[in-house]
Amino acid sequence: MLGAFEYVVWILGALLELTVVVCSIAKGSFRRYLAINVYMLAASFVNIVRFKILFTYGFRSSEYGYFYYYSDLLLTIGLYFALIGLYSYVFEEMGAEQYVRFGALLLLLGTAGFSFAIVQQSSSRIMGHFVLDSRIMGHLVLEASQNLYFVGLVLTYVLWGAMLKLRETRTRLIQLVLALGLYFSVFAASYALRNLSTSLNGVWPYLIPISGCLLPLAWAYAFWRIPEDARIVPSRLAVVPR
Amino acid sequence: MMAAVIFVFSTAALLQFFISYCRSLIAASSKQVLSAEVKDVTGIQRIASGDDFKRVMQLLQLCPERPEDRNSVQAIGAYFSLLSFLRATLARLVPPMRAWTESERGHCAYFAAVALERRISFSRDMLAQQMDA
Repeated sequence: MLGAFEYVVWILGALLELTVVVCSIAKGSFRRYLAINVYMLAASFVNIVRFKILFTYGFRSSEYGYFYYYSDLLLTIGLYFALIGLYSYVFEEMGAEQYVRFGALLLLLGTAGFSFAIVQQSSSRIMGHFVLDSRIMGHLVLEASQNLYFVGLVLTYVLWGAMLKLRETRTRLIQLVLALGLYFSVFAASYALRNLSTSLNGVWPYLIPISGCLLPLAWAYAFWRIPEDARIVPSRLAVVPR
Repeated sequence: MMAAVIFVFSTAALLQFFISYCRSLIAASSKQVLSAEVKDVTGIQRIASGDDFKRVMQLLQLCPERPEDRNSVQAIGAYFSLLSFLRATLARLVPPMRAWTESERGHCAYFAAVALERRISFSRDMLAQQMDA
């Protein structure tokens, strides 16, 4: 059962997601960063449905478990589209948006196909033993989430490398990408750690919701505090001096 | 095996993104020139040193908090702790790292001084509003 802390962090996360959209509209950036705003709206909607399912079926119900993990997978795919949008902004002056979109779509389909193949192979193995345990299915979903977050992390890392190479100076765009990189790396590391060790199950309910608040917090800050025309010297941000 | 590889790579990337993100927050404040008043209070004349950070943070906590900079100050506080940890451990083995961590700690102190300047002017504005009312 969820305690007061979990509810507070959960509601805070949902409010922060809406705050991103409000800040973006207030600063006139809603259409420019459409994919990010649509993702935040979708995440808020999913949170409302999760609340509804939680109160109807309970925290330990399979309905809540399935909805939680599958909506998480869908939201991660939604975040891919936000990332593709960020790629488009970085490469827009080179006129390479179409190639970027096509490449990213291919990669997304490839990742989906790869994850499906893993799940199908494991399912047939499980079916071969006439056992379809919900615990094993949960493990498969965890593994797929871990892979998706990791691919997201790699894509963000490549984008950040390209931004440094192209000497991207737009402060807001830089902060949006870095915040996304932070989010993907925290989640990929957390899911991998959970796959490695089950003894962290006690930490898990705290770590994930708190980490989930980081992205909307950083994005809301970027929209609210950083003007669209603010510029920065990107080489100063690299960990290894260039 | 796959999970272990993902964990190691993700942790390394997390560290890199965190450092770059904190630097992007600091870079925005590094262009701002401190007022003579804040220079006197903090003792920072042109270039801040890492040792100034603790003192400036104490002064910062004396001022009413601005909701806009609360998260960035916390992020820089965490970054400063990470740098101090690196300085006390890895930098002892790798001497060039000592200079780098010291310079970064100085930037953190300068960021805190800029935040202090903003909080002082925020407090003054609040006071002026109350006086008008």
